[in-house]
Amino acid sequence: MQAHFRHFILSLVLLISLLAASCAPVGTLTQTSTEASGEEVVTIEYWQYNFGVRVTAMNELIAQFEAENPNIKVIHNSDIPYDDYRNKIAASVPAGVGPDIATLFYGWQPAWVDAGYIVPLPEDEFPHEQVLAEFSPMVKASFFEGKLFSLPTAVRTLALFYNKDLMASAGLDPEKPPRTLDELKEQAVQCTVKEGDQFKVYGFIVNPPGQAHHWFREVLLRQFGQQPYSDDYRKVLWNASEGGYQAWETFLSFERELGTGVAGVYQNDQDGFLAGEVCFHLDGSFRLGNIATNAPDLNFGVVELPEHNGIKSTFGSYWTHGITTKAAADPARYAAAIKFLKFITTPAAGKLWVGITGELPAQLEAASDPELLADEKLGAFAAGLPYAHSTFFVDESKDRQAIIDAYDAVVLNNADPRQELDIAVETVQALLDNFWSSRQ
Amino acid sequence: MKLTLRQRQILWAYIFLSVSLLFFITIRWWPTLLAFDISFRNWNVFQGSGPWIGLANYERIWEDLFRPRSAVRAAFSNTLRYVLFGVPIQLTLALCFALLLARIRVLAGFFRAAYFIPFVTSLVAVAFVWNWLYAPQMGLINQLLKLIGWPTQQFLRDTSLALPSITAVAIWRSIGFAIVIFLAGLQQIPDIFYEAAQIDGANRWQMFWRITLPLLNPVIVYLAVLQTIDFLRMFDLVQNMTQGGPLNSTTTVVLEVYNEGFSSYNMGYAAALTVILFLVILLITVIQLRVLSRRVEY
Repeated sequence: MQAHFRHFILSLVLLISLLAASCAPVGTLTQTSTEASGEEVVTIEYWQYNFGVRVTAMNELIAQFEAENPNIKVIHNSDIPYDDYRNKIAASVPAGVGPDIATLFYGWQPAWVDAGYIVPLPEDEFPHEQVLAEFSPMVKASFFEGKLFSLPTAVRTLALFYNKDLMASAGLDPEKPPRTLDELKEQAVQCTVKEGDQFKVYGFIVNPPGQAHHWFREVLLRQFGQQPYSDDYRKVLWNASEGGYQAWETFLSFERELGTGVAGVYQNDQDGFLAGEVCFHLDGSFRLGNIATNAPDLNFGVVELPEHNGIKSTFGSYWTHGITTKAAADPARYAAAIKFLKFITTPAAGKLWVGITGELPAQLEAASDPELLADEKLGAFAAGLPYAHSTFFVDESKDRQAIIDAYDAVVLNNADPRQELDIAVETVQALLDNFWSSRQ
Repeated sequence: MKLTLRQRQILWAYIFLSVSLLFFITIRWWPTLLAFDISFRNWNVFQGSGPWIGLANYERIWEDLFRPRSAVRAAFSNTLRYVLFGVPIQLTLALCFALLLARIRVLAGFFRAAYFIPFVTSLVAVAFVWNWLYAPQMGLINQLLKLIGWPTQQFLRDTSLALPSITAVAIWRSIGFAIVIFLAGLQQIPDIFYEAAQIDGANRWQMFWRITLPLLNPVIVYLAVLQTIDFLRMFDLVQNMTQGGPLNSTTTVVLEVYNEGFSSYNMGYAAALTVILFLVILLITVIQLRVLSRRVEY
């Protein structure tokens, strides 16, 4: 019986070791090798999530870069779908593999910095003054505690999409889309068509889970004279003045008083506009490709976001590139990563990028290209670059949820709008407090 | 050291079993145990580690329970409501359908398949279809309500209707499974019991109450435990239909675990929530097994 048991244990051990051997890491892919010529070739790894046109654009940039720098090889990993991207990156780190340069949404940067995943960019290679002068002002969000952590190739802004056919049938001039907030209200009401209590055409839908929450924070608040956060991003100021409450009331008014739309009637924010049932729609330049594929016959135009009190503003966001601690650990790879990052953030790279992806160049020089500004669709987005603001998020989804909840409480449950804004501010303030207290 | 044929057979049986055991230990049990460890840490996803902080995550959950508009409190009370509405209604309906299906002969296979199909359909697809059915303006259900002159409903955009609406979908989706198990249970009951009861002059109601129901008890216990666990782990439908809204009226514990862990990256907090959920499931299951199980013999 004992022998029997020993045999059993032995086979078990054998099996475990076999399994363990097959699970062992294959070894890092990025190793320096020596070419026949004797010159060291440095291999670096670059990661972004899978998005067709961006992969094409980056492949072209990499080909150009490698031609200019024959001693650097860039491995381009773009196989990860968007939903898995952050988790895969997070999982790759403890395993000792992963990117030297990674593309991240600017809103993730605080978390990545906080986790010690990306390193500050050296100031002698990326002088702060120069970055601030040459890039769109929204790129300020790449600075954190006085250090620059990432740079983008391209950026996006919000603008107002309008359906020309719906405007015409409502008796509006399709060549005169709203330029001011008051005109937007007026035209949205005029464009709305109802049959009994059923909407046939929605004039303008404020849908907080979509892009509208950005519109409230970075556009409406500023237009009513209230900056959304304190300069050091430690205080939420949405309700710090009467202007803040007015911005909030305006945000709510489209559904509550003007009756131009209902939040959440469409599964996705843009579905109604694509279906030709919505007159005016807030969205980013990234939607253009989406419309071209799914609604090629839609007769629409794009105009800058309506101004108010003479103030123009828009929300800007971007995918940005950071250098990881993995690259920083090896001087040769670190130097190569810096070279690569510089290459993909030049105005020339931005120009190549906009041609392929429709995203705007991050460098003002490329973005102020007269040809781009004159573009019938992209022009309105490019025009927004000089006055675009991006929000510093410690937790974008919870910040957004606070606005969604406040909106729903007022619209669905008839709660007091002022009180609900106060609760939202309290919620987001707690997020900021929690973040900053952990950094001391 | 010579083994007999039988010993060798046993040995090989263990070796083959150990392959799947290894899988369970390394892929399922070990990470599950790790969750307990993570729940006591301030876990950093990017570093795959974090300092030990004792019960701090649990304390934060406790504090969050008492915040105004607390998502965690809503998650626990909603999850309980999903179970309290979902399980009894589903079991009762399933038993009724099973009794009817057990009687029919013509097209029996067709009907059984029809009830079972939702169970093999992808939950995400189910969620999308029902989203359209529930749509506030153009949705089929509201069109039907209009047709018979009833007021239309907001369903998923109504804080008091959203949870029952999702519960209904959950019941619809997995009722087929319960029906099949009930049918199997019904077939286990020997006909002689009914024949004897008939001779004694029992009516149908008495036969159901005195024979069918008691003899189905093991099946009922099995289904009650299984479906309770299923409803306690409610996630996919909610995530794809309402994302927990409006105003947290449909959120569940698992959804909060997901949000905390994978969108806010508070892994420690999320792990602590899963540990609590685990304990709740354990407690409820033990109570159910104790209370519901009784041996019935004839």
